[in-house]
Amino acid sequence: MDINDLRSIFTVLAFIAFVGIVWWAYSDRRKKTYDEAAMLPLDGDSPFVPSAPTVPQATENQERKSS
Amino acid sequence: MQSQATYNYKVVRQFAVMTVIWGIVGMLVGVIIAAQLIWPELNVVEWLSYGRLRPLHTNAVIFAFGGCALFATSYFAVQRTSHAPLFAPALAAFTFWGWQLVIVLAAISLPLGFTQGKEYAELEWPIDILITLVWVSYAVVFFGTIVKRKVSHIYVANWFFGGFILTVAVLHLVNSAAIPVFAAGILTPKSYSAYAGVQDAMVQWWYGHNAVGFFLTAGFLGMMYYFVPKQAGRPIYSYRLSVVHFWALIFTYMWAGPHHLHYTALPDWTQSVGMIFSLILLAPSWGGMINGIMTLSGAWHKLRDDPILKFMITSLSFYGMSTFEGPMMSIKTVNALSHYTDWTIGHVHSGALGWVAMISIGSIYYLLPRLFGKPEMHSKKLIEAHFWIATIGIVLYIASMWIAGVMQGLMWRATNPDGTLTYSFVESVKATYPFWTIRLLGGLLFLSGMLIMAYNMFLTMAGGKAVNAPVLAPAAAH
Repeated sequence: MDINDLRSIFTVLAFIAFVGIVWWAYSDRRKKTYDEAAMLPLDGDSPFVPSAPTVPQATENQERKSS
Repeated sequence: MQSQATYNYKVVRQFAVMTVIWGIVGMLVGVIIAAQLIWPELNVVEWLSYGRLRPLHTNAVIFAFGGCALFATSYFAVQRTSHAPLFAPALAAFTFWGWQLVIVLAAISLPLGFTQGKEYAELEWPIDILITLVWVSYAVVFFGTIVKRKVSHIYVANWFFGGFILTVAVLHLVNSAAIPVFAAGILTPKSYSAYAGVQDAMVQWWYGHNAVGFFLTAGFLGMMYYFVPKQAGRPIYSYRLSVVHFWALIFTYMWAGPHHLHYTALPDWTQSVGMIFSLILLAPSWGGMINGIMTLSGAWHKLRDDPILKFMITSLSFYGMSTFEGPMMSIKTVNALSHYTDWTIGHVHSGALGWVAMISIGSIYYLLPRLFGKPEMHSKKLIEAHFWIATIGIVLYIASMWIAGVMQGLMWRATNPDGTLTYSFVESVKATYPFWTIRLLGGLLFLSGMLIMAYNMFLTMAGGKAVNAPVLAPAAAH
């Protein structure tokens, strides 16, 4: 087996790995994790207003915790 | 909740402000060289001549403007989505000052004529070493913050930022490998590439295209995946699609470089591989674009009165346009017409001004008030004005370059019945003047938009104070 066979095998393995990733990403098992992950950036980052500082954000966070 | 830890906004603030400053500098140099093409008399002295300033323009807009935007947004997004302040703040400060030093050294050494002669990797070896130190520190700060995260999942924007940081490290180390020559002393650095002949060309364009794919695409997609949901106030359209988008880019981008070397000494099969992978890239690119734009699905009205969102969604439209155009241009028969013409310049600026600059500008407008304790930017009207001036500028720029490029390609390939060339090269240059003038106008408009942004930024900063938002505990679901 020469180096070119290894190269071909690597290409095929990479393709199979990619198909595997697509199958895994679209499996129902991942749905809940992804729905939660999609909310990660939406963490209540309102512009910081000096007159209304950290408390609202913290409160909002508490509310989310209890819900 | 008292005396809680705060996010490290200082370094974000520094990079965000410098993004605007370097954007103006880099685009001004672009306007100058555009004018030099129309009026060659403007090449007054050798260190301000076109050949010296052109690499300064590309380095300034890609690495100074784009680089600062990436540092600012990645440091902001990784902290907030990890619910942890930056790892190793001293090292983060070093990345800022080190990167500024790289930029200043580039601004001095390139006009003086020190160059390795590799496109987008012109800087000589002492600066390359400094870049390596800054980049490794960046990786330590970024991945250290991810390790410190308080949530189990690593948000997709961080995957894109992380992929960008790792790949650029590899690209820089491999392509910049060179043998330094000390004969002339360290103040006049000189080096020779570690590669030779066609291998050197292939390594260079493996680097060059992945600089586009990872520096100018993956990094800015990280920005898209964080700031578009933020500004729209809703989660990304499809999180699963974003995962597939990431891995598809990782698996395909690395192989597209040979399309820069069509019809050269590069083996024919390598050119074909490059073309095929470039065509495949259309799928993940459009998947990502659709994912970003569809985030607004059901909330399109927000586009009407939110100029920041306009910047972001327009940037995605340009991303879609340039990632359609790119694969088309990589087809050998199309490339036979487009290569070495101004069409390429138009394509690059459709991506660079339309996609990279507009998503950065939108994200920086999002960041500035939050970093300086203001409820919003000083003037929303000026953001709106900036948006329209920039958009008109881009359209003028790319439309004129399309026409110029196709015209040049057709003139260069035209032959008389006896087989001689119909046009001399200089005739194609003469025919291009009107389009270069329109391009200059487009560039001037885009630069004016950046000046408006700087004015708006300084008025937003005035009277504001630097603030660091408190670290939020992760939501209960995590």
